[in-house]
Amino acid sequence: MISAPDVVAFTREEELEDDLYREPPLPEEYSVPLFPFAGQGANPWAKVAGSKFTRDFILISEFSEQVGPQPLLTIPDDAKVSGTFDLNYFSLRIMSVDYQASFVGHPPGSAYPKLNFVEDSKVVLGDSKEGAFAYVHHLTLYDLEARGFVRPFCMAYISADEHKIMQQFQELSAEFSKASECLKTGNRKAFANELEKKLKDLDYTRTVLHNETEQQKKANDKGYYTTQAIEKANELASVEKSIIEHQDLLRQIRSYPYRKLKESEFHPYEPECALDRADVDGDQDPTASDPTEPGETHLYTHMPSYTPKLIKAKSAKCFDKKLKTLKELCDVYFFTQTLDQLHHIERTFRGDVCYLLTEQISRALLKQQSVTNFLFEDVSFLDEKPPEKQYRGCQGLGQDAIDEKCSEESLAPKVVISLGSYKSSVECVPIKMEQEMEDSEEPKMSESVMSEHQENLDYLDADIKGSISSGESIEVLGTEKSGSGLTKSESQASLPVIPSPQAGRSKVGSRRTVSEDSIEVLSTCPSESLIPEDFKASYPSAINEEPYVDDDEGGLRFTPRLNPGVDDGLDDISKQESLVQVDAACCIGKESPNFLEPLPELGQKPCEEDGVVRIPPQPYRAAEQGLRGGFPSHDGLSGGLQPYELDSRYLTGSREVSKSSLDECSDSMSYISSATSTCSDRTPSPAHLACATGERHRKRAGQNALRFIRQYPFAHPAIYSLLSGRTLVVLGEDEAMVKKLVTALSIFVPNCGVYAKPVKHWVTSPLHLVDFQKWKLIGLQRTVSPAGVNVLHALSRYSRYLSILDADSKTLRCPLYKGTVVARLADHRTQIKRGSTYYMHVQSILTQLCSKAFLFTFCHHLHLPISERESEESVVNRRINFLKLQLGLANEDIKIVQYLAELLKLHYIQEPGQGGNPLLRFDYVPSFLYKI
Amino acid sequence: KSSVQTIGEEQIQNPYTELLVLKGHQDIVRFLVQIDDCRFASAGDDGIIFLWNAQTGEKLHELHGHTHKITAIAPFSSSDGTEEKTDMIITASADRTVIVWDCTSGRQVQKVSCFHSTVKCLTVLQRLNVWLSGGSDLCVWNRKLDLLCKTSHLTDAGISALVELPKNCVAAAVGKELIIFRLSASNNGSEGWNVLEVKRLVDHQDNILSLVSVNDLTFVTGSHVGELIVWDALDWTKRAAECNFWDSSVHPDVQPEIKLSQSPNETSVQHLTSDEECVFAAVGKGIYVYNLQMKRVIACQRTAHDSSVLHIEKLPNRQLISCSEDGSVRIWELREKQHLPAEPVPTGFFNMWGFGRANKQVNQAAKKMQENTPMYFLELVGDLIGHSSAVQMFLYFGELGLATCSADHLIILWKDGERESSLRSLALFKKLAQNGDLQLKL
Repeated sequence: MISAPDVVAFTREEELEDDLYREPPLPEEYSVPLFPFAGQGANPWAKVAGSKFTRDFILISEFSEQVGPQPLLTIPDDAKVSGTFDLNYFSLRIMSVDYQASFVGHPPGSAYPKLNFVEDSKVVLGDSKEGAFAYVHHLTLYDLEARGFVRPFCMAYISADEHKIMQQFQELSAEFSKASECLKTGNRKAFANELEKKLKDLDYTRTVLHNETEQQKKANDKGYYTTQAIEKANELASVEKSIIEHQDLLRQIRSYPYRKLKESEFHPYEPECALDRADVDGDQDPTASDPTEPGETHLYTHMPSYTPKLIKAKSAKCFDKKLKTLKELCDVYFFTQTLDQLHHIERTFRGDVCYLLTEQISRALLKQQSVTNFLFEDVSFLDEKPPEKQYRGCQGLGQDAIDEKCSEESLAPKVVISLGSYKSSVECVPIKMEQEMEDSEEPKMSESVMSEHQENLDYLDADIKGSISSGESIEVLGTEKSGSGLTKSESQASLPVIPSPQAGRSKVGSRRTVSEDSIEVLSTCPSESLIPEDFKASYPSAINEEPYVDDDEGGLRFTPRLNPGVDDGLDDISKQESLVQVDAACCIGKESPNFLEPLPELGQKPCEEDGVVRIPPQPYRAAEQGLRGGFPSHDGLSGGLQPYELDSRYLTGSREVSKSSLDECSDSMSYISSATSTCSDRTPSPAHLACATGERHRKRAGQNALRFIRQYPFAHPAIYSLLSGRTLVVLGEDEAMVKKLVTALSIFVPNCGVYAKPVKHWVTSPLHLVDFQKWKLIGLQRTVSPAGVNVLHALSRYSRYLSILDADSKTLRCPLYKGTVVARLADHRTQIKRGSTYYMHVQSILTQLCSKAFLFTFCHHLHLPISERESEESVVNRRINFLKLQLGLANEDIKIVQYLAELLKLHYIQEPGQGGNPLLRFDYVPSFLYKI
Repeated sequence: KSSVQTIGEEQIQNPYTELLVLKGHQDIVRFLVQIDDCRFASAGDDGIIFLWNAQTGEKLHELHGHTHKITAIAPFSSSDGTEEKTDMIITASADRTVIVWDCTSGRQVQKVSCFHSTVKCLTVLQRLNVWLSGGSDLCVWNRKLDLLCKTSHLTDAGISALVELPKNCVAAAVGKELIIFRLSASNNGSEGWNVLEVKRLVDHQDNILSLVSVNDLTFVTGSHVGELIVWDALDWTKRAAECNFWDSSVHPDVQPEIKLSQSPNETSVQHLTSDEECVFAAVGKGIYVYNLQMKRVIACQRTAHDSSVLHIEKLPNRQLISCSEDGSVRIWELREKQHLPAEPVPTGFFNMWGFGRANKQVNQAAKKMQENTPMYFLELVGDLIGHSSAVQMFLYFGELGLATCSADHLIILWKDGERESSLRSLALFKKLAQNGDLQLKL
């Protein structure tokens, strides 16, 4: 058996050439092809080295009736971002997959032009030649001057990481929906304004025409009409008709179905608009609006004093006219809001998908650790309400999200639980089976994949990369499908669809005819030939679960076993669920939006014995949440993950079905890293869910802390002081230097309460006892003035409560530390280079400490006697034993945990209302002077 | 160089490893008085009285009524007969008023403002159900604040201390004199009392600063020039006197160089306390233990603090706590000396190195009168540093901890960290049980 490091080693030919020759050649199945991009000096894990842009960006494009698809703007608005990436070409691609059945204009049988309120469509599109994958959000804006009054637009989130798009689809969809809603609201407002202006113009024109006609009549008593008069009359008539038409349009736009918004659970900007409008319109006269829809009309009452002008009766549908820009199409307020939202999206989703997922997971876990999370975590974000949509799929993330969903799950546990929740944001329309048969081989792929998935992942990884870059196998399905989208989805309805709660409560059918929402997943699967035809047919029902156990047996041949029949195959296939679900990423699996979704059973499966997390983080599954309650767990991460849930994207290229074993599975560590860090080096780390400043602060603090650890040999006792609640005073003349040290050390300071870190960056007056209660880390000015003497005097007086780090003379006076925890926390030989990485390292160790403190605090018998007769001493002994043996703490580490436990107790006991007296705990321990 | 004994940072016997700072006062806090098992009152120069919970440090009440600084405070619990026990305190202020407060409601019960001078001391005679106020004259009041009787004007300086003696007598320190008054039931009326001056004792050379009753038979006085006189409480005769324990000539075994210039401040008896056997005197910067049986000082710490010791108290466990103007509180233990020190080592040498424990035997200055008597010494077992200014007084609450008040406007509650920690655990599990979190949730 070959472990992953070995395999990696063999791939480096330059240095190991000799060795390679000496040793017998590797068996074929173990050989790992060289990374195709290695020559370019690229990061071997950046599988998308072929892409032409440096980081994710958002592109807004329009299908212009004059020039066709054209890019309008990118966010961030920086030419460097898109680089050599052909925006025009890509605009064409993304605009060509619009499924909106935006039928506007004169429908047959209708006298007037009719506005359709088209829902946005959401499509995922891949273009591996360009190395670009995109979440594409199509929307339609109204423009009086446009053909059919509509202008199709789309917003696309473009990333080199297909995985990110797939995994974050739901979140992206939710965020983009907000932006789109905002934009459309603004557009409706602008459109209504425009209509009103137009009406005034028409009205005015009519009056003028009417007058002229009258005058002509008077001037001409001959009793017959001149051609001129007839012309005028015709013109008048057409103006009349135009007025009626426009009035009808106005009525339509005003009667925009707001219910839709309400039911879809987010009202992105409505309340604000109302407010805004109220402000704006406070002084406007409300006469202009006919109050047919009292709820909404106020939105469109905005009537700036407008001087009507005479217009040509013939509506000018000329192509030489300049079309309105996006900005002109939308109310200014909403336009800026939209841009803000898009910038927010860009910030949120930038960086590696691994970051995003980890962030989501840890955030979700943090929420559960209500008892301990105040200690070291930035809990401020927990207060803010999580975005409604974002976590819909992940039940149990929010405290209140669990309930309704749970019932559903229990009803149909085998079925993808979250279809229901998913549906609200994205209609999961399984589109056209026929086509799938042809170009999707992935169901089968997943089979072969899964049976051998453990074997040599690196190989597979590289392989699939190769195929991606080859660019042969890309299907852009959108274009050809868009035409037939409607019929396809209709046909789908007749297929045996998965029995799921969805069926009951969805208006799928009706909505589908509009085909508002569809997910396109474009495939990059190269090897069709391997898949038996019959299996493909069963694909739609394959959304079920495969017990992991089967997987362990190794060498399972799924293909023969799989029954193609939809009905009888259902059981078998159901076992495959875990795989197929993942597989969706690489297939045209419209019917399985569940690739993002948790399966209840999965969560409870044990992770592998060694507890190594060997897959990239998945979106948080809340199914197992009930068991873990509010307890922080050591293996929280791995518990929330499904180790076997391998990312089939990397497996699809495999050509041999070979035996697999658990051990081999454990060899795949390197695979994980490759899978997870696709582009971490390309893009700045994300400011996900945390304000940018907080992120920056962390980074800087981490960097400073790294420097501190490397620079000061006595970093350990200093950190120990902070962790054990002994106030550390950083003394120095130079404010900047002291503040830097304080920032560095602040990441080790446990919070005493929920509110603020007990850190004071700069103090110039003598310290007092009260300060030590309040602050656990203080930057203190050293001066030579008499006042400075007082400062020093106070320091020496209270020296028993303090550790003093003298930044000028580089000395530290503090108690001895002989434990081991801090050594792990702050290893001066650490290989960690980046501040944010180190910060995470610190967080992870501190979280471990927290969990120990939690255990210690909440073990009843450690603090209270088991029986009445038990002496205090035996309890104390038990306590010490627990700390030493169970928690494995040595020496001073015990004090750290004890201090954290006291904080936990205080925090738990404390009534929410009262602040409680801050108390100062200390020890009578000798201090030592450390020098460099 | 200071010759004060110091103790290192390692204080194994010091139980106080947790503290609470109680803020509220805006001026020097001079008085702490215990109300019941878990409450105490504090008062000082800002004229405000605070009631505190000694366990949690919670501020219970804030009593406003005096316009000047508080000069005396006494707890006054009325538990007579059928009445429910109500805890009250009496406070006297420089605004020449005395107010009785109800500690439970925090309300002012009654206010007396008919004084001609500031009341400097208050004593409650529970047995007689009356209380006395001492200013320029001595007044006797019943619990309803009716003036029962009063003495004539005694002196402008006023009574500085009062102590109850057997047989309805009280001793009042007025300047250098000690005046014994006797309260007798008046002939006309059930609740009338008369107060009579019985005797004037003029043995002290200087103002009497402290006056304390040892037991039913004995009381002790201390004066500004360091005289300590033990009196018989029944016939008011002098039992013993120690006038010059600051004088190094009496203590041949003490190094001459730690003999300090004997300014009166250095020798005044600031505070006295006693148990059955001994009287503990805070004299200048030092602490002296005077054995009543042996009639001599059996142990002393000549420079227990950097400056004057303001208050001392004996704990049940042979420990002694002292507080001083230097802002520190020290815990001492009275120990029997195993070997007579043959050759005392200069104290300063060890102090320089901070080896507090090394010179304990040396630095103590036990008094050696006779060869074969067991000698004691005071060992420093801990010090509490928290106040930034003189610690005026402290209150020992047993296992609840220790409350200290200071000129820095703060009161600090010192607590046993271990005990607090286990109490918090107890509270935690109680709350868990309340919330129903103890049940295993499946």
